Amino acid sequence: MKDNKQPILEIKDLQTHFKTDAGVVKAVNGVSFTVNKGETVGIVGESGCGKSVTNLSIMRLIPSPPGKIVGGEVLFDGENILDLPESELREIRGNKISMIFQDPMTSLNPFLKISTQMIETIRLHEKDVDKQEARKRSIEMLKKVGIPAAEARIDSYPHQFSGGMRQRVMIAMALSCNAQVLIADEPTTALDVTIQAQILELIQQISKDFGTAVILITHDLGVVAGMCDKVCVMYAGKIVEEAYTYELYNNPAHPYTSGLIQSVPRMDTQNKQKKLFSIEGQPPNVIDLPPCCPFHPRCHKTMDVCRCALPPTYEVSEDHKVNCWLYASEEEKAKAVADAAKENDK
Amino acid sequence: MSNEKKTLLVVKDLKQHFPIKTGGLLNKKIGAIRAVDGISFEVKEGETLGIVGESGCGKSTTVRSIAQLYRPTSGDVIFEGLNLCEAKEKELVLARRNIQMIFQDPYASLDPRMTVRSIISEPLVVFNKRGLLDKKLTKLEIEEEVERLMERVGLNKAFKNRYPHEFSGGQRQRIGIARALALNPRIILADEPVSALDVSIQAQILNLLNELQKELNLTYIFIAHDLAVIQHISTRVAVMYLGKIVELADSADLYDNPAHPYTQALLSAAPIPDPEIERKRQRIILTGDVPSPDKIQPGCYFQARCPKRMPWCTCHVPPTFDLGNNHKVACWLYDEKDYSKISKEEAQADADKNKTEVK
Ligand SMILES: Nc1ncnc2c1ncn2[C@@H]1O[C@H](COP(=O)(O)OP(=O)(O)OP(=O)(O)O)[C@@H](O)[C@H]1O
Ligand SMILES: Nc1ncnc2c1ncn2[C@@H]1O[C@H](COP(=O)(O)OP(=O)(O)OP(=O)(O)O)[C@@H](O)[C@H]1O
Ligand code: SF4
Ligand SMILES: [Mg+2]
Ligand SMILES: [Mg+2]
Repeated sequence: MKDNKQPILEIKDLQTHFKTDAGVVKAVNGVSFTVNKGETVGIVGESGCGKSVTNLSIMRLIPSPPGKIVGGEVLFDGENILDLPESELREIRGNKISMIFQDPMTSLNPFLKISTQMIETIRLHEKDVDKQEARKRSIEMLKKVGIPAAEARIDSYPHQFSGGMRQRVMIAMALSCNAQVLIADEPTTALDVTIQAQILELIQQISKDFGTAVILITHDLGVVAGMCDKVCVMYAGKIVEEAYTYELYNNPAHPYTSGLIQSVPRMDTQNKQKKLFSIEGQPPNVIDLPPCCPFHPRCHKTMDVCRCALPPTYEVSEDHKVNCWLYASEEEKAKAVADAAKENDK
Repeated sequence: MSNEKKTLLVVKDLKQHFPIKTGGLLNKKIGAIRAVDGISFEVKEGETLGIVGESGCGKSTTVRSIAQLYRPTSGDVIFEGLNLCEAKEKELVLARRNIQMIFQDPYASLDPRMTVRSIISEPLVVFNKRGLLDKKLTKLEIEEEVERLMERVGLNKAFKNRYPHEFSGGQRQRIGIARALALNPRIILADEPVSALDVSIQAQILNLLNELQKELNLTYIFIAHDLAVIQHISTRVAVMYLGKIVELADSADLYDNPAHPYTQALLSAAPIPDPEIERKRQRIILTGDVPSPDKIQPGCYFQARCPKRMPWCTCHVPPTFDLGNNHKVACWLYDEKDYSKISKEEAQADADKNKTEVK
């Protein structure tokens, strides 16, 4: 799709765990993917599958304790963020990688004027910009995100704005530092579709104008279809399928992906069959997951091997990867079953 | 199409205003949130009326006023011939047996200290105690009924002694549904029952609700903000904007021929999970702000964001026009008269004239 691909962010075998009373939650359990310059990558999956934790780990914003990044690498422009000292990390955070959080109210200070917060953000990252200049830039940014009468309203407090406007302020702040990567965690989930359309269009525009790479986290398959170049499907702390958007929707390889796509009601289909396809059961608890395919209790194609061994990654076509035993050879499956039996006998 | 079907519920010019008070000692009323501001519709037996509209437009307040959880400011809610707004307490209690609610957040709406058994049986126990059931039930009969309900909604009856927090979101929604079914109601008011659920779980619950409707000849009023979900479940659809119904039509008709500019914008903005289609679509992107619900607008409530606004719209509130086929829309574009050529000055002069006439 895109020819001269240049990776800006590479995530390799990332693992983030939380210590809880019930045991260790393996929220992110070996996640790898690559984001190229100017590309929009979607991350989809059910609630609790680890989407937010993955992206908070990239920014090293995991609350510790109880959380800890226990393994893997996050390469930004070839440099491992996970090894950087805090001072250098701050350079990257907000400056080069910026983030729109799932809940805008938690990331805006309710006691400070929008203007104060925006000016601070800009000056934190660019120390030579004076207040006047930063204010001018903030107003420009607010106008860009479609806040009417930005000059007057920049001095409002967050609660004086509607949910959609606060979200747009967050986006304006995230964009005011010309970051190279924008991580947007469910930027539109709390909004209604007309406002959602405005905001998604804005993100797309900025990505085009400035060549910003975007990681878009969402559980709306419609949003992904419209916005993303590439999609990662997560399940129980792992990426189970990764492909370019058209390929994923046309030839979903993982039973979970195809189940998801089929279970959404669609406005455009002619046959309004009254029964929706549904994936029975519910996602597993990520504490003490046995070595097996985490999806097997809900899968309608389960085989013996799925119950006793973790499926490796297969490349079903170029740039289309899936973690599922359906794509293994008979010998490979037989060997995995035999190995598991041996392990059990011990 | 549905001529033979009986009308179960009639809502006429329903208004629900919440007073805004100054607080403090005097606590004077200084205004009102016009949460629901004069809406009318009918629901036929066995059908589903879907309600869509953006956050704060008054969807929840509408169903709460129908269930008489709030006593409406004015208007009528007529259920099987009985006007609930004027009904006496005793009549209301009996009617409530037939009108049940399901809520968005099954966790917040279930008492965390009650077992699943007591949650589901509570309505039965209360009505039984007061002698309001068709026949008095024994403890054992209630127990059997709870088990039957649990199995019907897809819960393992072995779990009846567990507490809500031990269940997943989808299972908790099933508990809420079982409880709503306990009194064998005629109509269920479902306030965003699937909005908090993941898509795979959402499909399970939508299928369950559809099966139950067929089996028990249930009538639903179903709120959602997902337009595809509304289309999937509804026979008729009401689109709300700032406390008013701006369009009301049979589901197929509404989705094929949306008339109101707001409905058109909603449908064009709702994402479709297919990259080929999604990227070719023409989107109507709205600009402008949603006005505050505590102010009476002199014109159409949508005009500030409307791409088809005429000067006339800014100072005249549109009445409801019938497009035939029982398709109703509140928008000046559908009057016989063409307002598009009327200038701002002429429109304003006409509005001022009407004002003095009223006085
Ligand atoms: N601070 C924490 N302490 C313990 N467990 C946590 C913590 N934060 C997240 N988790 C767990 O990590 C897992 C992944 O959570 P995460 O927030 O990444 O999910 P998500 O995919 O973003 O879900 P959603 O769609 O609901 O936002 C969950 O099981 C969650 O309970
Ligand atoms: N008890 C109340 N007292 C005062 N105002 C209220 C009350 N309940 C609702 N409102 C206001 O009435 C309006 C309509 O609210 P309602 O909850 O009916 O909207 P909704 O369409 O259900 O929105 P959502 O999609 O966010 O659930 C809002 O402006 C809300 O703030
Ligand atoms: S009445 Fe006017 S402003 Fe209102 S929706 Fe119709 S065209 Fe738009
Ligand atoms: Mg999240
Ligand atoms: Mg509501």
